[in-house]
Amino acid sequence: MTILLLALRRLAASLPTLLVILAGLFLLLQLAPGDTVDALMAQMGGGDPATAEELRRYYGLDLPAAAQLGRYLWRLVQLDLGQSAIYGKPVATVIAERLPVTLLLMGASLTLAFLGGTFLGVLAARRIGQWPDTLISTLGLMFYATPSFWFGLMGIVLFAIHLGWLPAGGFEEVGAGYTGLAHVLDVARHLVLPTLTLALVFLATYLRIMRASMLEVMSLDYVRTARAKGLGETGIIVRHALRNALLPMVTLVGLQAGTMLGGSVVVESVFALPGLGRLAYESVVQRDLNTLLGIVFVSALLVITVNFLVDLIYGRLDPRIAAGR
Amino acid sequence: MAALRRYARNPAALLGAVLLLLVIAVALSAPLLFPKDPLGLAGRPLQWPFVNPKVWLGTDASGRDIAAQIFHGARVSLLIGLVATVIAIAIGIAVGAVAGFYSGLVDDVLMRVTEAFQTLPNFLLLLVLVAVFGSDITTVTVAIGLVSWPAPARLTRAEFLTLRNREFVQACRVLGMGDARIIAREILPNALPPVIVYASVVMAVAILLESALAFLNLSDPNVASWGNLIGAGRGVLRTQWYVSAIPGVAILVTVLAVSLVGQGLNDALNPRLRGPAPVKAPA
Amino acid sequence: MSELLSVKNLSVRLPPGADRSHALSDVSLTLAANEILCVVGESGSGKSVLANTVMRLLPPGVRPDAGAVLFQGRDLVGASEAEMRRLRGAKIGMIFQEPMTALNPLRRAGDQIAETFRIHTRLGARAIRDKTLALLDEVRMPDPRAALRAYPHELSGGQRQRVMIAMALALEPALLIADEPTTALDVTTQGRILALIREIQARRGMGVLFITHDFGVVAEIADRVAVMQAGRLVEEGPADAVLNRPQAPYTRALIGAVPPLLPRAPRPGTDAAPILTIEGVSKTYRKGGGFLSGRPRVTHAVRDVSLSLPRGTTLGIVGESGSGKSTLARCIVRLLDPETGTIRLGDTGAGPVDLASLSRRAMRAEARRVQMVFQDPFASLNPRRRAGELVAQGPMLLGVSRADAMAKARELFGLVGLDPAAMDRLPHEFSGGQRQRIGLARALALEPDLLVADEPVSALDVSVQAQVLALLDGLRDRLGLSMLFITHDLRVAGQICDRIAVMKDGAVVEAGPTAEVFSAPQAAYTRALLDAVPGRGWIPGRAPIPAAVSAV
Repeated sequence: MTILLLALRRLAASLPTLLVILAGLFLLLQLAPGDTVDALMAQMGGGDPATAEELRRYYGLDLPAAAQLGRYLWRLVQLDLGQSAIYGKPVATVIAERLPVTLLLMGASLTLAFLGGTFLGVLAARRIGQWPDTLISTLGLMFYATPSFWFGLMGIVLFAIHLGWLPAGGFEEVGAGYTGLAHVLDVARHLVLPTLTLALVFLATYLRIMRASMLEVMSLDYVRTARAKGLGETGIIVRHALRNALLPMVTLVGLQAGTMLGGSVVVESVFALPGLGRLAYESVVQRDLNTLLGIVFVSALLVITVNFLVDLIYGRLDPRIAAGR
Repeated sequence: MAALRRYARNPAALLGAVLLLLVIAVALSAPLLFPKDPLGLAGRPLQWPFVNPKVWLGTDASGRDIAAQIFHGARVSLLIGLVATVIAIAIGIAVGAVAGFYSGLVDDVLMRVTEAFQTLPNFLLLLVLVAVFGSDITTVTVAIGLVSWPAPARLTRAEFLTLRNREFVQACRVLGMGDARIIAREILPNALPPVIVYASVVMAVAILLESALAFLNLSDPNVASWGNLIGAGRGVLRTQWYVSAIPGVAILVTVLAVSLVGQGLNDALNPRLRGPAPVKAPA
Repeated sequence: MSELLSVKNLSVRLPPGADRSHALSDVSLTLAANEILCVVGESGSGKSVLANTVMRLLPPGVRPDAGAVLFQGRDLVGASEAEMRRLRGAKIGMIFQEPMTALNPLRRAGDQIAETFRIHTRLGARAIRDKTLALLDEVRMPDPRAALRAYPHELSGGQRQRVMIAMALALEPALLIADEPTTALDVTTQGRILALIREIQARRGMGVLFITHDFGVVAEIADRVAVMQAGRLVEEGPADAVLNRPQAPYTRALIGAVPPLLPRAPRPGTDAAPILTIEGVSKTYRKGGGFLSGRPRVTHAVRDVSLSLPRGTTLGIVGESGSGKSTLARCIVRLLDPETGTIRLGDTGAGPVDLASLSRRAMRAEARRVQMVFQDPFASLNPRRRAGELVAQGPMLLGVSRADAMAKARELFGLVGLDPAAMDRLPHEFSGGQRQRIGLARALALEPDLLVADEPVSALDVSVQAQVLALLDGLRDRLGLSMLFITHDLRVAGQICDRIAVMKDGAVVEAGPTAEVFSAPQAAYTRALLDAVPGRGWIPGRAPIPAAVSAV
């Protein structure tokens, strides 16, 4: 209960900051050369100034910036993100259509990165200085230094073009009309490469942190106490070291949630996945600032949610949290 | 000096230094070896590497020399990485030092702002900044610096939080030293090593961010950037995959070099963090 | 008595690059069942390595290269790891120094004790629970049932050490190794834990290998004593013989450095006019209570303290951790801002100043009149500044030229017994005692009227401690210093203080001349504190006084 309260309190504390930041962003976007209407007109192949004027009035773009900001924030509070000029639909609808793909991609990548990173990190720490450690650490460094989009492209070259094992892009086989399990398998096949691509750099980070964290924990006094009790090495790792070493990892997941979302922009573009990241890219290219702002808002909510969950998990793992440290 | 000797004894760190020097040499020699515009037409498009000695790494779909783009791209990557890192570290140290030293309300406000920046996905924020201010190389560099400062700020703050309660800082206060002097002359030099080490991470990320931006065609199209080249190679990925592959290797090597140097510095500056805890030396 | 543990010509090698080649050289010892053997020595003597060699818990790279450790006739040096695991916890129990870190913070205390049973026995969950409860009861845990479910952070230091003892004793080991088990504890808690160890040892007839640096503890608990120096055994014998008729010169020097629990001889002129008068000073800490983070928890660290310090004398503030003594010291030098009360610093020309009411800026101007010496010789010097510069810094802040300040630092180096040639060395090139001298020189450089010393010798080995105390005492006389001396150690307080104030929970419970406080303590807490000093009946360098007479 205390943990939930603490997490909720942190949640509550992050919301006002978020609104301030969004207000800042909104004003920033006022500085942008050209607005949505310009973009629309350009897309329609030009048009007369009268139409543009009318459209501006329709979107409320003729009002002073402060009034626009007020209107915008008020609508945000009601979760009304406005109208997407390019897609001709409410931004909320457009985002809702794209969100599941991104959530699926992030969830799969996070799971892979976390489990893989934990396992490899523990393995490397156990064999420190020996070949498994050297191999794992070297691979970790390489993964960390590889640009994800390049890794994705090379994956496409190898697995889609040369070997033909996996599809080169997209979320599902268009027009195949799969249902049920076949559909699930189809989506899964499409997500293998994107998931690997997005997960790799995080896996590298997690394994480095886990290795360092394990080494640190294994040198602590209470591990020596466990040894003095006659506990074997495996027992020490499972019962004493692992849970303690996981604490920094859990913190890291919260800190990197935003980075991961940013990474999905690139990965979704590489694999032509119809997700939030690709939507962000499209709205930048097409100057659909309303949609871009909406995406930023939703992303921030997503990151805040992840951090809320992380707080809860951390509180469960570490009894000291409830005591207020 | 002891740190330098420890660094030299670490093979991975030495490899990093060698690779980094190599990349710097490539960047410096670019105008000498490839004096012409790297984005100009150099020959028949899509020549494979190691076929035509005049364009030994081949040409891309527009007939531009890949080797020239790689060499000039090294300049861009290093420059953007360096300047963005300096911006991020400078902001980070300023914010972190003030927040960590004063705590209380100042800390609260500064940390809220930092958290807010961390809540917004940095690449998305970068997209917004580029969308608003355009994508010439200066803007991109400053924008990357602006989205990268929260982590160094948190690190600096953490260092300041522990150091400011150390007895040597209290001793300076008791001597009657002013806050500004304590921050700049007493705490900062002791807080700096981990931040400097972290700068290598910031630089690696900055190079990756720029290349991702360029890959999406959102960076400056008028400079030879590795990311641009990878993006340009996408269209011919099916057959001429080397156009995308070669600049990717360049990025990998550069980021790897920066990371290895950073890790080597870390191990050299904090020797006790390597491996299991050492024996308590009998005094 | 049968021989339980026998260490024969044991040498333990250190990894290359250490200060010396061997942590232990040719050490031979025996421990009988049903006796307590204290291994005593200063830091770096190898006493902890000895304990960890028996348990085979040495850090990597440190290994025995000669000799044997026979436990019940079995050689532990050559035993397999599996064999050692069967012995650890079952036949040999061990307790450590730091109760704060020796328990896993994420697991309940009961669970951690129960683990010993789970490793070595096939008992069911219920039986284990009953046995764990019985153990917690045996180590006198208040409310054993609650302790069973408590996490380490919910227990006090003494309670955690009880949990550690319960864990080590769970399977009734024949040998208990205790590595400085009471060093991190407050004196009253220490007294109780020592009594507990002794009682259980007698009841179970265990052999105890007790590692300590504290001769008071030795006097309190040892049947036999082994003295170690730099990895070698210097002297060994029955406690009475070693403590009162030491043979080896090193033992004699060490015991000579232990301050007796006696008040110093009164000095003339200790009733001068006060240089420092504290009235009604209070300081509370608020934890939490920031922006949206809930109700703050308030701790009254110092409550309504009034004290006065006659010029040219030393006032000791004695108390356990959490008594508020350090907070009070920090209020006086204004590292902390007291909430109420006045801190008047006597008249030096300009008339008395109330330090408590000064603004931060004004306090900086008064800084030179009050200086402080800190506890930790490793944390109190900026590792990046040279020693001379550290000392010269204060005068330079007052506008003295660099050359003059350095000349003054040179003079001060001589005064505190350091070689002026060492001025351009960095702090890590000095030993702990030398660093403390640098800290003292830094404070003296401003020629303060009042010196506040916060536990200045508690991090030092006993022989170094004696030197620094002698230096402080000598400087006070030569320079006419007035000193506020914060300490938890009554022996040290008796050695150096003219007057003593005893603090508990933020308040002064008793204050008076040292001799009076020692011989006729008024407050019950003062009596408890004096009674808890280990080895209080033993006066170093004299035959023991029977307990009945030594009612100090």
